[in-house]
Amino acid sequence: MLREGEIRIPSGCAISGIFSKSGKRISGEAIIKSIATMHDRSNGLGGGFAAYGIYPEYKDYYAFHIFYDGNISKRECEEFLERHFDIINLSKIPTRKTQGITDVPLIWRYFVTPLSTKLSDSQLDEKEFVARCVMKINTKIDGAYVFSSGKNMGVFKAVGYPEDVGEFYRLSEYEGYCWTAHGRYPTNTPGWWGGAHPFALLDYSVVHNGEISSYDANRRTIEMYGYKCTLQTDTEAITYIIDYLNRRIGLNLEEISSVVAAPFWQVIDRMPKEEKEKHTYLRNAFPSLLITGPFSILVGFDGGMMALNDRLKLRSMVVGEKDDMVYIASEECAIRVIEQNLDKVWSPQGGEAVIVTLNGGAK
Amino acid sequence: MGINFLYPEYEVIRNMDKCINCRVCERQCANEVHTYDEERKIMCSDDALCVNCHRCVSLCPTRALKIVKSDHTFKENANWSNRAITEIYKQSESGGVLLSSMGNPKDYPVYFDKILINASQVTNPSIDPLREPMETKVFLGSKPKKIERDKDGNLINNLSAGIELAMPIMFSAMSYGSISYNAHESLARAAKEVGILYNTGEGGLHKDFYQYGSNTIVQVASGRFGVHKDYLEAGAAIEIKMGQGAKPGIGGHLPGAKIVGDISKTRMVPKGSDAISPAPHHDIYSIEDLRQLVYSLKEATDYKKPVIVKIAAVHNVAAIASGIARSGADIIAIDGFRGGTGAAPTRIRDNVGIPIELALASVDQRLRDEGIRDNVSIVIGGSIRNSGDIIKAVALGADAVYIGTAALIALGCHLCRSCHTGKCNWGIATQRPELVKRLNPNVGYKRLVNLVRAWNHEIKEMMGGMGINSIESLKGNRLMLRGVGLNEKELQILGIKHAGE
Repeated sequence: MLREGEIRIPSGCAISGIFSKSGKRISGEAIIKSIATMHDRSNGLGGGFAAYGIYPEYKDYYAFHIFYDGNISKRECEEFLERHFDIINLSKIPTRKTQGITDVPLIWRYFVTPLSTKLSDSQLDEKEFVARCVMKINTKIDGAYVFSSGKNMGVFKAVGYPEDVGEFYRLSEYEGYCWTAHGRYPTNTPGWWGGAHPFALLDYSVVHNGEISSYDANRRTIEMYGYKCTLQTDTEAITYIIDYLNRRIGLNLEEISSVVAAPFWQVIDRMPKEEKEKHTYLRNAFPSLLITGPFSILVGFDGGMMALNDRLKLRSMVVGEKDDMVYIASEECAIRVIEQNLDKVWSPQGGEAVIVTLNGGAK
Repeated sequence: MGINFLYPEYEVIRNMDKCINCRVCERQCANEVHTYDEERKIMCSDDALCVNCHRCVSLCPTRALKIVKSDHTFKENANWSNRAITEIYKQSESGGVLLSSMGNPKDYPVYFDKILINASQVTNPSIDPLREPMETKVFLGSKPKKIERDKDGNLINNLSAGIELAMPIMFSAMSYGSISYNAHESLARAAKEVGILYNTGEGGLHKDFYQYGSNTIVQVASGRFGVHKDYLEAGAAIEIKMGQGAKPGIGGHLPGAKIVGDISKTRMVPKGSDAISPAPHHDIYSIEDLRQLVYSLKEATDYKKPVIVKIAAVHNVAAIASGIARSGADIIAIDGFRGGTGAAPTRIRDNVGIPIELALASVDQRLRDEGIRDNVSIVIGGSIRNSGDIIKAVALGADAVYIGTAALIALGCHLCRSCHTGKCNWGIATQRPELVKRLNPNVGYKRLVNLVRAWNHEIKEMMGGMGINSIESLKGNRLMLRGVGLNEKELQILGIKHAGE
């Protein structure tokens, strides 16, 4: 059977996110409970979480989470890391034997910072250097796969139901100000863990529910900018698009949402002059990064979270607020199960970005 | 008659029971096929003069006429076809180059017909264009590599001049001279009505048509006929014609007999003298020269007009396109070997160039591999026959398509491929006033509008079926295509999978 990446596998999904605007760190228990409520939206073939603010003691270092098929790929990858990075700390990621989580690869965590000589030789800025190293490991080192590479954040994912994945990674022992979760319903067996979500690059992580019809248009465009879509999943392409538009082009998240889930021309035509010009410009300048077909995504980033639906809202997504907490999920029940008394509940419109950030800015 | 007598390829069959001797056929045929035999009181026809344009058939009030392929034949020979033999007779008589019109009719593979389109089932929904917006608007031109902001942080529009199209279709270059005034008027008015562009070809722009300037592409070809400052400024875009799919590598020749009246004035060529477009532009012998012409034209028009460079699809098209994408051009137009023409040497039309599907796929991929796909838009033609071809072209990577032959067919062309004789019975490829007036631009423009609107409806239906609600998301989306009956190499060049994969 082909591994994910060798074939493209469409999936249905559940997503959920929790965000504390005050930066209060909460354990992983709530998010597991939330995503478990939507058990039937996944089929046991993929689950995962992204957590922000979980490594305060190493917040200045890139935290690499890496899957290895075996010790040979581990050795090769570690040699690569040593050539390019100062490794501050390395360890196995603690896990717990869990029924329902099998075929476990080696899972290691490294806190690293680029070697200054290597970085200056590369003539790249630091993030670009790190991104390229990640890309290189994932495409060139057989059996090694970096699935998390941001600072003070981490992705935890596996093949299984999301609640089992949370249990497996002992997420109740981590505390973060932002959690996102994903339960996957792929139509094929993915064959390995890399295909589970969230998908992440640097500080960006994306959980996604949908199957985008623009995939190959998006993929072929983003690959032109140096990204390599090794998994052939929508989520991977969306993550790269957001990274490209935000970090490399310099669009803010609202502008990005106007690119990827652009308003229809009939809406733009009715806008006031300045808005109309802005949206016309964005659609004209970045046409191939428009995403069509159903999606609801949660984008985690340093100090914030964005939720976005496709322009027709072909996937459900609900937002709930209580005090400084913001909850976003595929279904309202996944919010109610962890917070009964919400101040406010609503469904964002198609293409309407919901962006929440820490009150005090990024941490 | 002897050795040079060629039995006519087509026979005019007249049902004498139906014929009423009204002589419409006689009046309608510029080739003088039909005559009235006063003595016998019957209509006669000389099959040898018939080009099979169906004018008489279409206008016969009693439906007494039909044209059939002759069953007269040489002794069967898989190598020496009837055509091969008759062409030798013709050439040994005349000593000349064989001339033909319209696109390559030979039996080469049509890749569009070996590609199939996807549709959504279950995992994502198809979209009903009758209920939801379905967008086909396209912007052509180069895209900015970075954004700029003003002091308040607002985005600055740093896009260079481009083209906006209501749908990814344009009328391709056909000069005033090769086609009639009425044909041009029909194209111009149709382009304006539906929000697309037509193209002057290399014959200049008649003063009556300056009013359609915002829907006009003005062409600068190797003869530079009709090119002056007002002309360049009149259009929405300027096209440098380097080549044409029907006759890559050679120029053009409008005989002096056609340089009459307004055509002489519009082309800026003296009446009666031949208008010869050289094979190359004599100021462009290399890619760096092209760059100079691109910027000369931009300077002349104050950088307000995008520049299109049109080339024929030839073997090395990907590398050539890559050079053009770095030349300052905003749009590359590629014309496939099936593209039409008003006149071309038969051997060139039938043997030179490559299929547009392969040329497009390799150009799009090459520009992406080199990271310069955003520098230019790609427009392809030669030949697009229906909306299915357009969907496939866009999914292979085209931003828009040019249609020429299809537009002429909408105007009444019956593809008799005799344009070079100048006796078009349908008033399209002729300058004879009594023939030109047969094409009523009020009717012609409406037929063109109908055609592109119908195609746009079909494009929307197919996009909706794929779950795509904006044409941008179809562009280069090769996963939406599958090949049937193609070999590995063909699939690799097209960048698509085989059906079932």
